Amino acid sequence: MSEHAAVEKLKAKFPDGVLEIAEFRDETTITVKKEDIVAICSFLKAEVGYNFLTDVCGVDYLGRTPRFMVVYHLYNLSTKERLRIKAPVEDEKAPSIDTVSGVWATANWHERECWDLMGISFNNHPDLRRILMPDDWEGHPLRKDYPVQGPDRQPYQGRVS
Amino acid sequence: MASKEIMTVNMGPQHPSTHGVLRLVLELDGEIVVGVTPHIGYLHRGVEKLSEYRTYHQTLPLTDRLDYLAPMHNNFGYALAVEKLLGISDLIPERAQVIRVMMAELTRLKSHLVWLATHALDIGAMTVFIYCFRERERIMDMYEKVSGARMTSNYIRVGGLMADLPDGMEQEIRAFVDEMPRHVQTYEGLLTGNKIWQKRIQGVGVIGAEAAIDIGLSGPSLRGSGVDWDLRRDNPYSGYENYDFKVPLGTGEGDTWSRYRARLDEMLEACKIIRQALDRLKPGPIMADAPKVSLPPKKDVVNSIEGLIHHFKIISEGFKAEPGEVYVGVENPKGELGFYIVSDGSSHPYRMKIRPPSFVNLQALPQMVKGRLLADVVAVIGTLDIVLGEIDR
Repeated sequence: MSEHAAVEKLKAKFPDGVLEIAEFRDETTITVKKEDIVAICSFLKAEVGYNFLTDVCGVDYLGRTPRFMVVYHLYNLSTKERLRIKAPVEDEKAPSIDTVSGVWATANWHERECWDLMGISFNNHPDLRRILMPDDWEGHPLRKDYPVQGPDRQPYQGRVS
Repeated sequence: MASKEIMTVNMGPQHPSTHGVLRLVLELDGEIVVGVTPHIGYLHRGVEKLSEYRTYHQTLPLTDRLDYLAPMHNNFGYALAVEKLLGISDLIPERAQVIRVMMAELTRLKSHLVWLATHALDIGAMTVFIYCFRERERIMDMYEKVSGARMTSNYIRVGGLMADLPDGMEQEIRAFVDEMPRHVQTYEGLLTGNKIWQKRIQGVGVIGAEAAIDIGLSGPSLRGSGVDWDLRRDNPYSGYENYDFKVPLGTGEGDTWSRYRARLDEMLEACKIIRQALDRLKPGPIMADAPKVSLPPKKDVVNSIEGLIHHFKIISEGFKAEPGEVYVGVENPKGELGFYIVSDGSSHPYRMKIRPPSFVNLQALPQMVKGRLLADVVAVIGTLDIVLGEIDR
């Protein structure tokens, strides 16, 4: 597969913001600096036509630096192309990144879910509350150091192949 | 002097027209809705977390329990994602692909029947419910014959299918889709010309194309706003590019009526696709020729020690996927169902994120009902066609 059209445009516009470009199974992933995420997303929406935000989620790479990765799945409704944007979030104690809910309104709940389950907070988010877990829940269940049986229990001892 | 007092009313989580355990906190000025805050998570089972501790095969049954009105679609999306991750997408045999499409479209009919039944019931048309469930029951029977279960099918497997179609199934499905358009006419006869139905849904829950894209609506909910986008046609998977079908847009006005039209027409299109799939169905294998992934045929497992060991290895150890990440979106009856799987090279997903269409569609509820009557809230919940198993995961 030839290089994604968005890659060149993004590189030209944000020479320092683009950290890495990866191809796997015909899917393009662009890793960008978290400081530029809102500018990059606005640019991709306005100039490159990625007008549909499919999904936002966090991935916890426990033991690696940076520990967290926020992943955005973008879709272009006119060319029907997908693009994945990732932004590393270093701070282990209080990971945070700027919200893109001003770019796509749909990011609102996705980011709430990411905060709820992964504990990545989104700066300037209009309504950052827990969404799936109860309001008084402690901890963030999708983190790798959160035991699967729940808090106050031993980590899973079984074989996970 | 009219008083300007705002009343807060709690609706759900135990409420028949919230389609499950959705809880809404409504702020009302008389009968006018000034604000809605949805509260979800009552059905959260942590499917994403659990999947990190299971092999790829073991995660499959969890997907049945997402959108429990369309279990085979969830199996379908998950299987496609894992196959893409493993790089075996091209190995899926023709027969398995055709049966997948056929079962997916039957599932679409099944899901849309529940949508119409409950939507009409919420608004007060009791009879439609009985008719729709009569047809749905027949699809459930087919489900049972094909997969052994009425709801939690677990039929579409990584690499192919659990089993081939039982004898006589093709005739049964063909007979059903031949008469289905007549049943759709019956529903239309009960609803479309009905003045009460028209008044209750025309011009209700309007959302324009731009707002709908911005809030992330997908599936028939988005197409009702006139956005011509269907993953089956635009990013085809499993051979959908070989089928001739239209993508109905309703009236394109973005109201509940338009979405009603779009879904009804989609049911007829689904019948067309199933008929074409039946025509394409040729005898052949139903599992990919990928011994490391595909479970061996049952007759090998019970008759030879090699087959038994093979089966045992895949069940107990699973298969390993090379490190990487994939995203696959499929056109679920409710919208785009996506699976994002990150692999670290082991036999279980390092991270699996499900993009549930209902979760995103529900987000549009507040802006669709603001300033409208309380009774419209029920109509809009119905038209968004949400299912809480998928929202809460």
